[in-house]
Amino acid sequence: MHDSDYIYAVARLRVKEKTLLSDGDVRQMTQMKTVPEICDFLESRGWAKKDSPAAMLEAEENKLLDLMQELRLDPQFLQILAYPRLFHNLKTGIREVVTEETHEEAFYEIEGFGRSEAVRLLTDKDYDHLPDPLKGVAPQAYELMLKTRDGQALDTLVDRACLCAMEKAGKASKNKLFRQYELLSVALSDIKLAVRAQKMGKPLSFLQQALAPSSLLDTDLLARAAAKSREDLFAYLDKVGFGDAAESLKQSGAAFERWCDNKQIELLKQEKYDIASVGPVLAYYLARENEIKTARILLTAKANGFDDSVIEERVRAMYV
Amino acid sequence: MSMGMVYALLGAVLAATLAGVGSAYGVKIAGQAAAGVVSEDPDQFAKVLLLQLLPGTQGIYGLLVAFITLSQIGVLGGNAVTDTHVGLMYLAACLPIAIVGLLSAIYQGKTSVSSIALVAKKPDQFGKAMLFPAMVETYAILALLISILSVTNIG
Repeated sequence: MHDSDYIYAVARLRVKEKTLLSDGDVRQMTQMKTVPEICDFLESRGWAKKDSPAAMLEAEENKLLDLMQELRLDPQFLQILAYPRLFHNLKTGIREVVTEETHEEAFYEIEGFGRSEAVRLLTDKDYDHLPDPLKGVAPQAYELMLKTRDGQALDTLVDRACLCAMEKAGKASKNKLFRQYELLSVALSDIKLAVRAQKMGKPLSFLQQALAPSSLLDTDLLARAAAKSREDLFAYLDKVGFGDAAESLKQSGAAFERWCDNKQIELLKQEKYDIASVGPVLAYYLARENEIKTARILLTAKANGFDDSVIEERVRAMYV
Repeated sequence: MSMGMVYALLGAVLAATLAGVGSAYGVKIAGQAAAGVVSEDPDQFAKVLLLQLLPGTQGIYGLLVAFITLSQIGVLGGNAVTDTHVGLMYLAACLPIAIVGLLSAIYQGKTSVSSIALVAKKPDQFGKAMLFPAMVETYAILALLISILSVTNIG
């Protein structure tokens, strides 16, 4: 699709941006005392009225996916956006087939690769009919799970394949924002993984196997730094321009997660004034995902009686 | 038919065609944006329709210059052009609206799309939003004036 083909979609999304939650709305919700108060507030902002907060969030996620389908965007763009969900369904499908334990709710509803298709194709070992990005990793991941029954090893393998697919899609994209977003997502995922591995004292060999190649980071140096010590990891992040990430990590894990999401939202804000490209569509999609994630954090925190200061540390910056 | 007549006719055809193509493109992209806004907020129909129409004027200017030219060169009136130099003069006279009409309609269409996006987010800013694409119109009007003055003063 040419940039001018996105004019309709972008104009439509500009209207919808008016209903996105602002930082002020999030502050207001943080100060609310109960879950029903937050649900009422969200309903007044056009969110689906449902019996439970979980159903409301799910309905909003489905609304977003339906809208993306309705906008008749480039199918390849939609598929790249669905990569994390596709690879998640692959992992869940392999687990279900190998362990014979059913977890229907663990699957995303994806057209052509929902639970039933995933389980059928994996049971039949019909890898040729899997979605293209999964064809390479699926046989290897299935065999690994079958031999080792190690869910963590399966996650590491499939997550890495997902990041490699995102990096490849980002590099191939002609759209600057899309490229930047995909490359940044891969780099942030690598950093998150390195941080977690460092905390758990994982060896260098694990890190070298798990980290996906990134255009923004030297993953070999990142792996070596993480395998050495926390200080070495911080020093490496500082050296490659992710000093803020190191600072947030010094505060807490939640502050680091928040920094990662805010970094992506910061990147999207440049798209507020573009009129015709895939950029504003991606920005809207991610902004909506971000606000659903924020609403989920708020609702969970309120339901469990977390302190406002703890919640504030976790809520993300908004797009508008 | 003399070469002069061929050149003069070519001028009229270029004025109507290029300015028309520019307007069609401008109105098309503004229409796409307008449809996007109306699909979410039908109340904005009148506002975005006006913004969509703005790039359509260049096509009318091109048509006007083409009519005046045809009525001067013996097609719809006036005397047939027999001199090659006179024919070239008509061709040159039509070029300002042909070229400026084409480009200004495309740029005005893009500006209209931006203004439609502005109205989508802030409907109360419609007055200001109208001004931005209207500014582009200035140069189409200047080109129209030069073409009309030139065509009507040849011979």
